[in-house]
Amino acid sequence: MAIEITIDRKAYRRAGNGERLVFDRFSLDVKEGAIVALLGPSGCGKSSLLRIIAGLDKDFTGAVKGAPSSIGMAFQEPRLLPWRSVADNLRLAAPKLTDASLSDLLAAFELDGRGGDYPGQLSLGLARRAALARAFAVEPELMLLDEPFASLDRALHLRLRGLLARRIGAERITALIATHDLDDALFLADEIIFLDRAPARIRGRMPIAAPRGQRDEILTKLRASAEIYHVIDEPGNGNSEGAT
Amino acid sequence: MTRLVSLGLFLALWQVGAWMVGPHYLPTPAAVGATLAAEARSGALLFNLAITLARVLAGFSLAMLLGAALGIALGRLPALDRLLDPWLVILLNTPALVVIILAYIWGGLNEVSALAAITLNKLPNAVVTLREGARALDPALDEMAQVFAFPRLRRWRHVVLPQLAPYFAAGARGGLALVWKIVLVVELLGRPNGVGFKMNEAFQLFDLRLLLAYALPFVALMIVFETFVLRPAERSASWWRRHGD
Repeated sequence: MAIEITIDRKAYRRAGNGERLVFDRFSLDVKEGAIVALLGPSGCGKSSLLRIIAGLDKDFTGAVKGAPSSIGMAFQEPRLLPWRSVADNLRLAAPKLTDASLSDLLAAFELDGRGGDYPGQLSLGLARRAALARAFAVEPELMLLDEPFASLDRALHLRLRGLLARRIGAERITALIATHDLDDALFLADEIIFLDRAPARIRGRMPIAAPRGQRDEILTKLRASAEIYHVIDEPGNGNSEGAT
Repeated sequence: MTRLVSLGLFLALWQVGAWMVGPHYLPTPAAVGATLAAEARSGALLFNLAITLARVLAGFSLAMLLGAALGIALGRLPALDRLLDPWLVILLNTPALVVIILAYIWGGLNEVSALAAITLNKLPNAVVTLREGARALDPALDEMAQVFAFPRLRRWRHVVLPQLAPYFAAGARGGLALVWKIVLVVELLGRPNGVGFKMNEAFQLFDLRLLLAYALPFVALMIVFETFVLRPAERSASWWRRHGD
């Protein structure tokens, strides 16, 4: 079943007074089984959108139809339980996880032998991998990934993106990946949704047919075709009229 | 080692003080020791210590349990908190003695009134500590539990309680010292047994040997409990913090 998201209005109260409008008559539909990247500048509402789809944020006017109940999510921070081991963190989210699939999963995210460690013993990169492994452990129908590579150094970022691309291609799930990095979107998604600055609008949708394994070679071409939609964070690129 | 020296020094000072002011105002350690031994032989010491300890533990557990439940509720439900906070402030600032006398007058001079008085005196304290803990619960972990559809029991056991454990331990540690002092007053005012009752007897006879013979072992018992039960419990409540870094 496709997911249909309609947000008539979503605003955050500002600390002083007034409010910041994030969505104004926004709608998006995601086909079942699609891997969709939400690409847009920081603060354009990507995280808000994921939180609304996940059912964490109910403070908006509109509706989300067709969202499955089985959701795996990786937040911007790992959000592991610090008083439970990595393996227990996975098991608590996915009680049906067998020992065999647990070790498969740990291996897939290069966490072999770290199952007994506590989150406090992990570096940020490892903790993020554990959080991703947890999201996959529940074998969700819908996967929500919010900036899965934020605040990792370049090398780790590329490595983890490779791991994720391999894993996400192997599963039959619907996934929404929020990112501000064009290459992340080009490597991971079947379709990129380009978002404008808040209040968010869809500037365009770009399907990517090439298999994930071959995108490295055609990256320059993909980047060029994304050019027309892409809103970059830096000011002065001609797209800043809506920003404040 | 330093502790032993300190203890020896204390006994020496006591001895010198006793020589100076006379046994009527301060009996010597030896005299107190003799009374203590006599009370122990007759079985009275053990009996009264046991009774008092039972009251301490019962009142303490009841107050911690009710206090935790109420504190968590107040920490999570701001409306309830606004409603009950003034009551809490009143109870916090009511002298223990007033609560005890009211309990005895309303409930009669019985064990239930005694227990109610002990519990009510410790309760606001536990509520405030646990309310603080409930307010400090991490909303990020709560959302995680929600997305991954943790059932209620799993959420409490693995997400909420580990966060509350340090507050619970801190409340327990601060609470025991409070409770045992209150229990003595409760016994002094309206119970026919226990350490507090014996102290009342000692007071009426101006018998300082008897007073100290009961006070010392009881204080010692509480120190042992605090050192070997409550402090380790507090440390283990946040054991996971010591991983990594």
